[in-house]
Amino acid sequence: MNQWKNFSKGFIKENPVFILLLGMCPTLGTTGSAINGLGMGLATTFVLVMSNLVISLIKNLIPDKVRIPAFIVVIATFVTIVQMVMQAFVPALYESLGLFIPLIVVNCIVLGRAEAFASKNTVLSSVVDGLGIGLGFAFALTLLGSVREILGSISIFNWKIAEGFAKLFNPETTFAQGDGMLVFILAPGAFIALGFLIAIINRLNKTKA
Amino acid sequence: MAKLESSFKNMLIALFGVTFVASASLGLVNDITKAPIAEAEKAKKTNAIAAVLPEFNHLGETEKMLPDNAKDSLEIYPALNDQGEVIANAVKTYSYNGFNGYIEVMVGFNHDGIITGYRVLKHEETPGLGSKMKTWFNDISKENQTILEKNPEKVNLTVSKDGGDIDGITAATISSRAFLESVNLAYNSLHDIYDGVTSATSKKGDKQ
Repeated sequence: MNQWKNFSKGFIKENPVFILLLGMCPTLGTTGSAINGLGMGLATTFVLVMSNLVISLIKNLIPDKVRIPAFIVVIATFVTIVQMVMQAFVPALYESLGLFIPLIVVNCIVLGRAEAFASKNTVLSSVVDGLGIGLGFAFALTLLGSVREILGSISIFNWKIAEGFAKLFNPETTFAQGDGMLVFILAPGAFIALGFLIAIINRLNKTKA
Repeated sequence: MAKLESSFKNMLIALFGVTFVASASLGLVNDITKAPIAEAEKAKKTNAIAAVLPEFNHLGETEKMLPDNAKDSLEIYPALNDQGEVIANAVKTYSYNGFNGYIEVMVGFNHDGIITGYRVLKHEETPGLGSKMKTWFNDISKENQTILEKNPEKVNLTVSKDGGDIDGITAATISSRAFLESVNLAYNSLHDIYDGVTSATSKKGDKQ
């Protein structure tokens, strides 16, 4: 199989968020800011790659009837590793993602790739597939997080846009920016922003085809 | 290699093997991360204490106390100067009445009972509304809004809607009430320990 195609399908053609609409719970829950979306996306990518790798390695040793519990144990192990490492070395991110890290265990993207891809393909293809889908997920979450952060708190990656530009022209300014459209930080804004993003992406895909 | 057949023996071995390797690797990672996790939490606490107090030499022994009718105990961190005298106290306090429940706040008081600073440690308030309490009560330029340099003994630390002296956060009165409640709880408990030695002992006597 063409590995580049295998890798790049996760971005647009089979993007887990925009096209497959999988993993909506962390997508809507963690994208209040761009940095949270990116953190969540990268954590999921790591879990996806590692679980795909291990599952494709042991796929012949696991009898069919117990494959789901075995896969879940493998996934849960990597999620717990991510959680402990995050808590130890990036406590700030760990705190803002909170409950959503352990919830990666039941993220249907991860189990879906294990079941549909890694348990049937070679190790290399599985790793590439995990990397592609994972980075596609991270890309979608970062994009959604950026849109919500720009509209909701007028900043991007914690950089205050209005204040930043004011300071650029006049370093001594005491201008302080107000609030953005709060609804975009809250849950309803996640649905609205995601809906518009999906519409735009569908339109782009259509013109290409 | 052909796929293993789903016989009882094979399933048992496979599941045992997977869980065994999983728990072994988790134990290993836990060993590696245990120390940094503890360190990160300790650093968070000492940073919060340093942020709410004026300069001090070292921290005294942490004291825990359970105020009357309270759900949970407070933690009090006395700050000592070079001579070993207590110059200020940081109190880790809380309220269960936030808009989304529990909030945890570190408040610093100097020996006169004047608030030297605060920091919100935990909260689940609405972003952009209740979450503003991190900065709202800190703005020293707004006399009716800040709680800094105020003595809860002399100033009525409740929101102006309830007849108090502090302007609550716009559109987040419940969060403001919860925040001020936690500050008052901290002050009253500290007051009981220091000034009210007699009243504290008599209270103990009452119970006996």
